[in-house]
Amino acid sequence: MKKVALNGAGLLVALFAAFPVYWMISTSLKPSREIFSSTPQPVPTHPTLEHYREILTGNLIPGVSFVDFFLNSALVAVSTVVLSGLVALLAATAVARFRFKLRTSFLIMLLVVQMIPLEALVIPLFLMIQRLGLYNTLPSLILTYLGFSLPFAVWMLRGFVAAVPKELEEAAAIDGASRAQIFRRILFPLVAPGLVATSIFSFITAWNELIFALTFINDQSRYTLPVAMTFFFGRDDTNWGPVMAASTLFTLPVIIFFLLVQRRMVSGLVAGAVKG
Amino acid sequence: MSLLTNAPEAAAARETPARRRRRVDRLPYLLLLPALVIIGVLLLWPLGQVVVMSFYRLNSVRQLRGDREWPWVGLGNYADILSDPFFLTVLRNTVLFAAANVLLTMVLGTLVGLLLNRLGRKMATFVASCVMLAWATPALTGTIVWKWIFDDTSGLVTWLFNALPDGLSNSLFGRSDWTGYGWFNSPLLFFAILTLVVVWHSFPFIAVSVLAGLKSVPSELHEAARVDGAGPWRVFWRITFPLLRPVFGILIVLSTIWDFKVFTQQFVLAGGTQDRPTFMLSIYSYAEAFSPPPKYGLGSAIAVILTLILLVVTGFYVRMVLRQEDES
Repeated sequence: MKKVALNGAGLLVALFAAFPVYWMISTSLKPSREIFSSTPQPVPTHPTLEHYREILTGNLIPGVSFVDFFLNSALVAVSTVVLSGLVALLAATAVARFRFKLRTSFLIMLLVVQMIPLEALVIPLFLMIQRLGLYNTLPSLILTYLGFSLPFAVWMLRGFVAAVPKELEEAAAIDGASRAQIFRRILFPLVAPGLVATSIFSFITAWNELIFALTFINDQSRYTLPVAMTFFFGRDDTNWGPVMAASTLFTLPVIIFFLLVQRRMVSGLVAGAVKG
Repeated sequence: MSLLTNAPEAAAARETPARRRRRVDRLPYLLLLPALVIIGVLLLWPLGQVVVMSFYRLNSVRQLRGDREWPWVGLGNYADILSDPFFLTVLRNTVLFAAANVLLTMVLGTLVGLLLNRLGRKMATFVASCVMLAWATPALTGTIVWKWIFDDTSGLVTWLFNALPDGLSNSLFGRSDWTGYGWFNSPLLFFAILTLVVVWHSFPFIAVSVLAGLKSVPSELHEAARVDGAGPWRVFWRITFPLLRPVFGILIVLSTIWDFKVFTQQFVLAGGTQDRPTFMLSIYSYAEAFSPPPKYGLGSAIAVILTLILLVVTGFYVRMVLRQEDES
């Protein structure tokens, strides 16, 4: 009896959590007639890919299609990932492998800057982007997201670098390997899985971001996907089929990446909360 | 590359111990340098700059570019904001929304965490996977889907209310035809739906963190308490909660910080920055700065107020943690 109640509660939670995602995918596969009928169908009775075809082949503004926005977003996110991963790896090696004067101060600063409300930085960063002449360019976003993803990336990678046994490096040093060789041949391959996890986190940060992309880009052909979606959809009398198809295409990579790293995100965010 | 081609013995021979030590000492700072520059330029400098900007009257992009002068107004922007009765509405919206969302997220998240801990293996994996889906969904698309669910003609909620028996619907809400009903038109209903969207998106993190915390608590404690006849309510408050207090502390602070600056969900649900009665601090700051006519100075002042509030929240928490450390 108790077990039935627990399982029932579990199913309700699962339904509440997963239903919107299901409804998004399900709607994207229904013909418009079915979407706008007065009695909703729980599953698509006549599944169709027409909405996907529409957004992938049609143009949202003359000469610019969904695919272009997708590529803009991908370019920004991948550039952020590469730069942030590189810089974070160097910094993580410094804090995990060396004892130096400012080490603790740096770690505390990493924690503190993660508390800064990024929403409060739109105006000063807008000023900076204007002064640098980067307004209306994708590099303005790459630069911004690099700053946003870096503190957490360093924090996360630090643990991965520390987990590589120091003895391996010492053995290599005794065998006459240089510092650069040790870094390239020993540390880098062993930290690679951690680098992948960190990269996914940076990717999601850059891929999902809306406010800064909304503010720094004016030219419609340079919109990232989130901006394009708020701009072209969500107006009055929305055509939900293509909107849900676009949302699905935007969401799927994030869900897949996210599930790959979620364990590490939790331990990173609540690190140090439980003693011992 | 020269590091690789040099024979290590030759390099070692050329280096005196003192030289070698100096090189080692400098290396960590060199490795840190790029990260320090990026954090300094992209996070710390803007944080200082937003305070500076809040003291000026900045109403055109040309001023930002440095082509025009910046007239100093001292605390003028703050005086303007604080004397405007609208600010009180925004502040009330922000505080009430954050309080309600933190409370609901914490309660739901904790309950789901406790539930996951009690379920069988297969069921727990299934429920946890579904919960992960809500967490993984980007705020943007999650909100768009909820907006579709609340669509006024073909949305699921509109259909559900239409499906209610007319008599019941009439006596409860005073209407039986819900087609065309504007779910987002009254501020209260708007905030209720926004709360649903935000809680849906943020309870998974709490649930998973609480579950992780529960796994670290030895189960003998719970069993002992249950053998002694304590009910679930008592077990939670007497054993689970005190043991997980540090986890709850961090989760409450993180939730408060996140819920105080909700932007994307509100922006998408309201369809932009026109819906002033539902403004909260972050969207108010954005709208003042970027909706024509631009008021960058005023927007900065609001951003500073938001940051100060969050600073107080963080400060409270740090003091709480320190006091706990002293006691133990």
